[in-house]
Amino acid sequence: MMAVATAERVIEFRDALNEAMSEEMRKDNRVYLLGEEVAEYNGAYKVSKGMLDEFGARRVIDTPISESGFAGMAIGSAMRGLRPIVEFMSWSFSLVAADPILNNAPKMLYMSGGQFGCPIVFRGNDGAGGQLASTHSWCVESMYANVPGLKMAIPYDAYDAKGLLKTAIQDDNPVFFLESERLLSTTGHVPVEEYTIPFGQALTRRSGTDCTIISFGRPLHFCLEAADELAKEGIECEVIDGRTIRPLDIDSMVASVKKTNACVVVDQSWSFASVGSEIASQIHACCFDDLDNHVFRVHSDDVPTPYAHNLEQAYLPNSRKICEAVRQATYNA
Amino acid sequence: MMSTEFLIQTRENIDEMKDNAFQLTQAEAPGKEVLLGWLRQMLLIREFEVRTMQAYQNRLIGGFCHIYIGQEAVAVGSIAAVNPDDPIVLAYRDHGHALARGMDPKYCMAEMFGRIGGCAKGKGGSMHMFDAEHYLYGGHGIVGAQTPLGAGLAFATKYEDEVIKGGKSSHVTLCYLGDGALNQGCFYEAMNLASLQDLPVIFVLENNRYSMGTSIERGTSMAHDLRVKSEAHGIHHAIVDGKNVIDLYKDFKSIADWCREESRPFFVEAETYRYKGHSMSDPRKYRTKDEELVEESNDSIASLKNYLSEEYDVASDALKQIAQQVKAQVKQAVEWANNSPETPMNELYKDVFTDHWGPYAGTSKPEMLDEGGA
Repeated sequence: MMAVATAERVIEFRDALNEAMSEEMRKDNRVYLLGEEVAEYNGAYKVSKGMLDEFGARRVIDTPISESGFAGMAIGSAMRGLRPIVEFMSWSFSLVAADPILNNAPKMLYMSGGQFGCPIVFRGNDGAGGQLASTHSWCVESMYANVPGLKMAIPYDAYDAKGLLKTAIQDDNPVFFLESERLLSTTGHVPVEEYTIPFGQALTRRSGTDCTIISFGRPLHFCLEAADELAKEGIECEVIDGRTIRPLDIDSMVASVKKTNACVVVDQSWSFASVGSEIASQIHACCFDDLDNHVFRVHSDDVPTPYAHNLEQAYLPNSRKICEAVRQATYNA
Repeated sequence: MMSTEFLIQTRENIDEMKDNAFQLTQAEAPGKEVLLGWLRQMLLIREFEVRTMQAYQNRLIGGFCHIYIGQEAVAVGSIAAVNPDDPIVLAYRDHGHALARGMDPKYCMAEMFGRIGGCAKGKGGSMHMFDAEHYLYGGHGIVGAQTPLGAGLAFATKYEDEVIKGGKSSHVTLCYLGDGALNQGCFYEAMNLASLQDLPVIFVLENNRYSMGTSIERGTSMAHDLRVKSEAHGIHHAIVDGKNVIDLYKDFKSIADWCREESRPFFVEAETYRYKGHSMSDPRKYRTKDEELVEESNDSIASLKNYLSEEYDVASDALKQIAQQVKAQVKQAVEWANNSPETPMNELYKDVFTDHWGPYAGTSKPEMLDEGGA
């Protein structure tokens, strides 16, 4: 294990998540993991593989299918200073735990006048997994980002998955950590050495001069694909990975838009009252005199997620839609 | 391992269990001084609630406000049966428990007045009494929401005792709920998890027979035999007299000791009655005056006074003196609350997060903790 040189080590996204949790659990015995199938099954998506063997059943806990109950139980334990990591097999299932995760966790510190905080991480798959139809394909970021008192991170690659999750576990506040099933098997460089990634620091994944594309998580793949395509047409895009939605690094986004004078926001949730509309609004307010056009947005279509493969593909953000939005934003349509 | 044996035993002896929910080894009744202390606490709660209603009518208190008068024996007797560092979590009818746990009434009143001196700096109000120094993990406004939290507090004490300290589980959590919460799904999830995880939590049902204006018979199936609710999860059940603080304490002491020793949950049904409406705006048209009079004629405070007179020859003057002291204490609490400044504007963005970022101004503790703390 030690023989692998830092720069050469390439691991899967899911293993990066596993390392983040395992390292934090080794350091701090207040940290524990609970959720459906996390222990004996090794995780529905194998993210927690091997953790039961290392930490035992007291710290890696299989729960029944009972999201409202186990989310609430974890919150109660966090009020006493334990630091639970709650795995939702899918964020779609978090909806039945809406009361504890939205009414208790993010408000406890405020409603108790600073007496009881809630150091807890909720994590799991967010977004369309592939023909799962509407109830299992939720993108919860827009709905949940509306609530004050929580932080929200959406990692795009293995490096960020580990660094952001370690920061989430160390944070004294509730963190909603949104992974994508479609990214779990992707691989990336992850150093052996300890590192964390601070919240609220966007990352420029591609530099460009003609249009800023802002996104989070899996749609970044399509943003980068679109940027390659547009470069062939002579349109150089700057692709910004926001990394965290709360805190939102609007300063980096604004700085980029002041340079490119054009902006497209790509958000996989529905368009109405969304993360995308929020960022567009903030960009309009901060870059009013710098924009050559209004901010364009690419979202999933405003319908329940369809099952049929062709309809689902048409529904999700993709590079074709992003290219079209950039061409319009830069008057190249 | 223990829980599996327990479940099998429960199923085999189900008829026997129905005859007697749980064989309680009766704890001893406390002596005169302790009883006088309980009387003082019950009088304090009642007087506090009377002044709360006045303040509400005078518009010094806003929002929803739920009065505990009639149920005082439940909070006082059950809290006396556990250790001061055993966690407590409860629903929104929470003033009585906060006072019984030891919160100074001035902080409780100031919270309802929405002042900086309140236990939550005026950010929680009547339904959200928190007191870290007294291990009071809040009143909670959503019916039943506190039940998974109660399981979580018990999970935490067990984890702290066994996993972190490597010893034996040594705490028991009191998680209070009203009969309305019997119909919320999360309560059953909480009981299921508490049973699976062997959590030392007592779910204390304060059965005052009405969830707002809906009688328990109209809202809860099997209302005549609530033991089935917990037995379905392999959790023992007991019915205690919520009007008799001595009997209630004795039962609770036995139950709490058992839960602590066995690290198991329990479901206790305290039969009680709220004399006032569900909240301040409730005209109580769903029940009769006769029913109210019958209930009020069996009053826990009057009974305790009689007991003290008959068993210990406590003079009526001595009892009057306690009542006067309590009146003065509550009067001072109201004055203190009234003199506490309005919560300043710099508190608006405090306590959203523990850290400073964007508009958020970090966190700070209420004055209540400064006094008792280091």
